[in-house]
Amino acid sequence: MIRSILSQCGKVDFSQFLFFLLLAGLLSTFILFPILQVLYVAFTQDGFITLFHFLNFFQRALFREALLNSLFVGVMVVIFSSLIALPLAFFSVRYDFKGKVMIQTLGILPLVMPPFVGAIAMQLILGRNGIVNLLFRSWFDFTIPFMDGLIGIIIVQTLHYFPFILLNASASLASIDLSLEEAGQNLGAHGFRLLQKITLPLMMPGYIAGALLVFIKSIDDLGTPLLLNYTNMLAPQAYIRITNIGVEDKAGYVISVILVALSLVSLWSMMRYLKLSEYATLQRGATGVSISKSIGSLKLCLVVGFCTVILVVSLSPHIGIIILSFAKFWSFSLLPRSYTLSHYAEIFIETPYMVWNTLIFSFLAAGIDVILGAFIAFLLIRGKIIGKGLLDLIATLPLAIPGVVLATGYLRMFHSVDFPILNKPLTETWIILVIAYATRRLPYTLRSCYASMQQIHESLEEAALNLGANRRRTFVKITFPLMLKGVVAGGVISFITSSVELSSTMMLVPTKELAPLSYGIYLYMQSATGRGPGACLGVIVIVLVASGTYIVNKLLSSGSESFFKL
Amino acid sequence: MKRKIVLGTLFLFLSVVVSAENQLIIITSFPKDLFETYKRAFEAKHPQIDVVVRSKKTSAAVAYIRETSKRPNSDLVWASAADAFAVLKEEGLLEAYELPDEIGELIPEKIGTYPIHDPDRQYFGGALSGYGIMWNKDYLEAYHLDPPKEWPDLTAPAYHGHLAMSAPSRSGTTHLTVEAILQGYGWEKGWEILFSMCGNMSVITERSFGVPQGIINGEFGIGVVIDFFGLSAEASGLPVEFVYPSITPIVPASIGLINGAPNKENAQEFINFFLGQEGQRLLFDSKISRLPVIPELYRDAPLGFPNPFEMKKTATKFDVQLSQQRYGLINSLFDQLITFRLRGLKSAWSEIHKAEKRIEKKESRNQDVAVLRKLIAEAKALVTRVPILEVEANDFEYNQHFAKEADKVQIQAETEWDAIAKENYRLAKELAKKVK
Repeated sequence: MIRSILSQCGKVDFSQFLFFLLLAGLLSTFILFPILQVLYVAFTQDGFITLFHFLNFFQRALFREALLNSLFVGVMVVIFSSLIALPLAFFSVRYDFKGKVMIQTLGILPLVMPPFVGAIAMQLILGRNGIVNLLFRSWFDFTIPFMDGLIGIIIVQTLHYFPFILLNASASLASIDLSLEEAGQNLGAHGFRLLQKITLPLMMPGYIAGALLVFIKSIDDLGTPLLLNYTNMLAPQAYIRITNIGVEDKAGYVISVILVALSLVSLWSMMRYLKLSEYATLQRGATGVSISKSIGSLKLCLVVGFCTVILVVSLSPHIGIIILSFAKFWSFSLLPRSYTLSHYAEIFIETPYMVWNTLIFSFLAAGIDVILGAFIAFLLIRGKIIGKGLLDLIATLPLAIPGVVLATGYLRMFHSVDFPILNKPLTETWIILVIAYATRRLPYTLRSCYASMQQIHESLEEAALNLGANRRRTFVKITFPLMLKGVVAGGVISFITSSVELSSTMMLVPTKELAPLSYGIYLYMQSATGRGPGACLGVIVIVLVASGTYIVNKLLSSGSESFFKL
Repeated sequence: MKRKIVLGTLFLFLSVVVSAENQLIIITSFPKDLFETYKRAFEAKHPQIDVVVRSKKTSAAVAYIRETSKRPNSDLVWASAADAFAVLKEEGLLEAYELPDEIGELIPEKIGTYPIHDPDRQYFGGALSGYGIMWNKDYLEAYHLDPPKEWPDLTAPAYHGHLAMSAPSRSGTTHLTVEAILQGYGWEKGWEILFSMCGNMSVITERSFGVPQGIINGEFGIGVVIDFFGLSAEASGLPVEFVYPSITPIVPASIGLINGAPNKENAQEFINFFLGQEGQRLLFDSKISRLPVIPELYRDAPLGFPNPFEMKKTATKFDVQLSQQRYGLINSLFDQLITFRLRGLKSAWSEIHKAEKRIEKKESRNQDVAVLRKLIAEAKALVTRVPILEVEANDFEYNQHFAKEADKVQIQAETEWDAIAKENYRLAKELAKKVK
């Protein structure tokens, strides 16, 4: 305690302040200003500042309904995702059984939904005349509208976003001090009671971070409503109004601002909620003791059965993409009528460079995110600087900003300036793509870092400081290693989602040669015959991401115990 | 792994720094099949020129050109949407160019009543396309439906939930189709067709390509589709068919020189190539399937290839001026009344169809249905009522409120229309339910 008071004076504070300035500068340049450049139109009319457009938002029945629909879907998706992800997280971290690694690797794949082909595959499987409904029609003579209206959106988003909770909750769960559970057991709590009283409350930071991401992502998600052609929600309304050609419709920007506000409010309430209790524990990771236990055969069957069902359903689009990539024709039939390898032949000749581009862009973006996220989280929790909350706000903004808006802001800001060394504007290079990805995914990484940082007790750092380490050394040797699980989880999310990012890519890609796979899919998907090659590229993205995650898992694992616990 | 990534990064850095000198940079919304073909052909003819393609969808292309206009980095814009070119021209982002005589004289001034080139020569029509109806044969068979031929066919109750189109505000060509229906059948009757047809829609898609894609997937059976999607899908062996209704707009896809283009001469060379006989012939490729602007060329067209210069056009004249003037208003009307209220409209029509069936049954049992018929007529009037008179919709002053930036008049009108649509569809549904 005395130490921490002492450490407030002098040098320590100064270096923190420098960091703060540096981060604030970076975030302002790449997030705040570009976004403000575009969003200011929401508040102006004929050059004057006005609130007219905001008031009008609430006068229009359409927008009020859109707001309610978005909120409703967001809440439902969080509930259903939790129901799926929490058991998966618990089983895969706490129980020891064969196939556990499969769950750990496959459990994140739903996040990898290649643009367009993911949608097509989903329609081919769950759509009105997809495999499931064709079967139902021939067996029972009825169909189920999986992909219709709000319910369809809830189903698709749940299957798509539950890994956010899975990843963050697992990281949190794996970091819980086992002695606390043992203490609970000693006092007579077992099974569900132990879970409810000890385990669940202790994994709250990770769970809440994941749930928040799911909620915000669901509200801001554009792909799903557009895929189901359901326009009466906030994100599609904003998008449609912003991208109408030649019409400057302010309503679009107003909705964007409202989306930002919604995200910030939910973020703020999460922080308030988590501040109510203490999550930091001293002893971490129960050294040497395996935390997973083996289970009996009946229970095992249930657990494996549950996991298999969830994974098969949520990975059905991926299976669909794989089939599609081999299909010659697949239209209104259970399975393709004939198969071919020619799509793969085509893409192996035409697009190998896109694989490298995707890997490098996403890897760099994830790297930047991990570094920024860890520092920001550290400053937020340990920092003593007034206004540090601002960093969090700015870093979270990109979640709610349509990719098009961010990309437009970048063009507006960076296109007329030559970047030193390169002697051309950043927007003419692939660097702008890395920046855009890093920016758009930073909120994910930040939330993961923040959650894992919350579980670290300050006295661990104080001990290091007591032993003579300086602040930086303490961060490198103590804090960062302790938060590594959360950091890696965040980095993986950033890597995965960057690899399929399209909306800002489409705007910013300088030339086809500097394009990633997602853009390649877009190029193919513009013609009726491009589905096959497009699906092949989708398969490649999925394989890349799966193996990338696996490698990260391997690299960071120490000894037999996998380090990065799903 | 790490070393490879470092090497790859280095390579990319180098590729940023080193760039070829003699380039031609084209921004296009066209599919890969089309621009790759032209890139290859043009580079074969001019080996010293390196063609770089920036492929973006139309709205992104317009925004990109606008945002880079202080320092133009592209030479040509090449896209379908006439509205996009109108916007670019108005914002001064294009540069005029005069075609060489030997190329210009082969191309007629107009297709139907639609001018092929911009009168100020800032953009040039180079590939014609029309709108029509496309369907999935397997789908129609499974649902026991007959293929439609004309727009009003699409209003038949049998098609309920089986159709799709994209919104006119999202696709310039869909907008022209809507205009063609409104002008061809008249304001009131035209809207009646649109409302009844859209009451049958399964979805209104956000991308125009969403329609052919959904038909191919079998999400829905029939759709309003631009011809080259239909023709190229048919040619590739997919189980689909395409037909032009008798009222169809045929419009050019254009190419324009970007103001301040860094490689102006190459750009002009490409325009000449695209509009010349050699370039035009490439359009016949079954993967491209667009219609050349040189009438003579159709002598060499593949078998069964449509010739827009000989198509039987509707007797009514298509007023391009009017269409452009009320562009914003029509899009906004359609979105407020149909796109955003599709669920209400659909369920109202579904009840009306059911009620009409009940009436027919009663009639066949010789019961008196006069009162019920009146009810249903009322319900139909509600779901086909357009809340603005033709005179007002064509008023020049009023249209200005809907051009470019959404002002207060437009916002108020939209708020009102939305409320009217919601209420009308609800009332109509209730009325139809009363028919017992």
